[in-house]
Amino acid sequence: MLVTNLSILVLAGFVGYAVISKVPNTLHTPLMSGTNAIHGIVVLGGIILLADGAATGFLSKLLLVIAVAFGTINVVGGFLVTDRMLEMFKSKPKELVEADAEDGK
Amino acid sequence: MSTITASFLVEASFRRVLYIVAFALFIYGLSGLTGPKTAVRGNRIAAVGMAIAVIATLLVDPLSNIGLIIIGVAIGTAVGIPAARQVKMTQMPQMVALFNGVGGGAVALIAWVEFRTSDGFAERPTYVAIFSVFAAIVGSVSFWGSNIAFSKLQELISGKPMTIGRLQTPLNALLGAVAVACGVAIVAGANHEWLMLLLLVTAAVLGNLLVLPIGGADMPVVISLLNAFTGLSAAAAGVALNNTALIVAGMIVGASGTLLTQQMAIAMNRSITSVVAGGFGGTVEAVAGASAAGGTVRSTSAADVAIQMAYARQVVVVPGYGMAVSQAQHAVREMAKLLESKGVEVKYAIHPVAGRMPGHMNVLLAEADVPYDQLKEMDDINGEFSRTDVSLVIGANDVTNPDARNKADSPIYGMPILNVDESASVIVLKRSMNSGYAGIDNPLFVNPKTAMLFGDAKGSVGEITEELKAL
Repeated sequence: MLVTNLSILVLAGFVGYAVISKVPNTLHTPLMSGTNAIHGIVVLGGIILLADGAATGFLSKLLLVIAVAFGTINVVGGFLVTDRMLEMFKSKPKELVEADAEDGK
Repeated sequence: MSTITASFLVEASFRRVLYIVAFALFIYGLSGLTGPKTAVRGNRIAAVGMAIAVIATLLVDPLSNIGLIIIGVAIGTAVGIPAARQVKMTQMPQMVALFNGVGGGAVALIAWVEFRTSDGFAERPTYVAIFSVFAAIVGSVSFWGSNIAFSKLQELISGKPMTIGRLQTPLNALLGAVAVACGVAIVAGANHEWLMLLLLVTAAVLGNLLVLPIGGADMPVVISLLNAFTGLSAAAAGVALNNTALIVAGMIVGASGTLLTQQMAIAMNRSITSVVAGGFGGTVEAVAGASAAGGTVRSTSAADVAIQMAYARQVVVVPGYGMAVSQAQHAVREMAKLLESKGVEVKYAIHPVAGRMPGHMNVLLAEADVPYDQLKEMDDINGEFSRTDVSLVIGANDVTNPDARNKADSPIYGMPILNVDESASVIVLKRSMNSGYAGIDNPLFVNPKTAMLFGDAKGSVGEITEELKAL
């Protein structure tokens, strides 16, 4: 199991490197924000430990609820903020060019 | 639903298949982020992947503590959605730092609870203890470091470098060594909760001390580095929990964050180690006012600037953090449109670290509907300054500082800059003569070709626009 997971770990590292090295400078901020949202996947860790019922006692459960809340903030906030940023890049160039042409008259 | 289907849903192998779907969507979504046209879709695809991963995790039988899980998700959603909706585009960097921090905090807490529920990892294989301890240290460093980065950018605390002098490096090394020693003891089988707490606390103090000395233009590099840290700690937690979705997603972020950090450091001609060692702009005492650089400052009026630009052939706008602070991007766009209607060619020169994050300026200008093809990266525009009549520097400072080219003892010597001083004339919009974020003098301001227009960037650009309309 460990060896399988380690191979996944190494391969994922190379995949991440390969996919992301193609991102233009312009999109670095949204990219940072987007990858930031993805590491919010740690929320799964909190859910797993709560769901398997192994955590007993008030403190353990409280810590896990905080962990799940933190992870959710990371995921929800991260994707929403990235979406807002990217919406701004989506402006249709055609209309803008036409608008500019009108201004130029 | 029949019992057969229901039991199939909670099979571990079905969950694994869903995880594979989830991380395939992450990778596909991220590859969409490589272009402005596919980026929105890419981000949403990754979000769908995340939803699938969460649902898969809930497909276990029996499912304990569902109430607590719902409470946690509800609190997170209630905090995350308004935060993301209301944040201004200029505050984006600190928001990313904050979201990054809570991610790291979650990793550290999960490692702590794992320790508590497994009798100090006594019931787990050794590698689980090793990866959990790693996740706890890195997660804690990332949480506290990100909080300091947030506080600095939000100006809750001073953005200037804060060091405790020569003791800094030995103290950091000591804290790191204590945290690692606690970790080693835990891995070796010591089942004392105070060891885990000491580990978390020393890592927390280390996170604070690592980021406090960092100021100025190094901030984006640090946020990117902490982003990579959180990714790596999530991947480590994934190995400890035997969860492929966590491993893949965490590692992709770890790899991308590292790559991005490198690229930013290269753009500033700094090594990552020297960034972390800190003190950028702190090693040299900041001298207030450019008068110290010798020469006099020439100030100008909006009307003069308008006339100068209206009769120019090419104007290059150089935006910096000042434009972000005063929300001047829409005013700049309006001014540029007017200039274009007068036959002036307008381009925007984007330094890779202008603002507080790479791409910060692009996001703001895109918000104001500036056409994507007018935004020029440093290498593309630097050759054009010699053919440019007017360079309009809006609240940018360090990225235009000729000392980076000419003065070998300057702290920013060697950092690639925008060569605005090669253009026929330079107009700098600035609030006051205070030195830039890095606290270094800028001889550009006393260059005979340079004229300063003092005031809030948005106000100044608005005045120029009015004067242009009147022409």
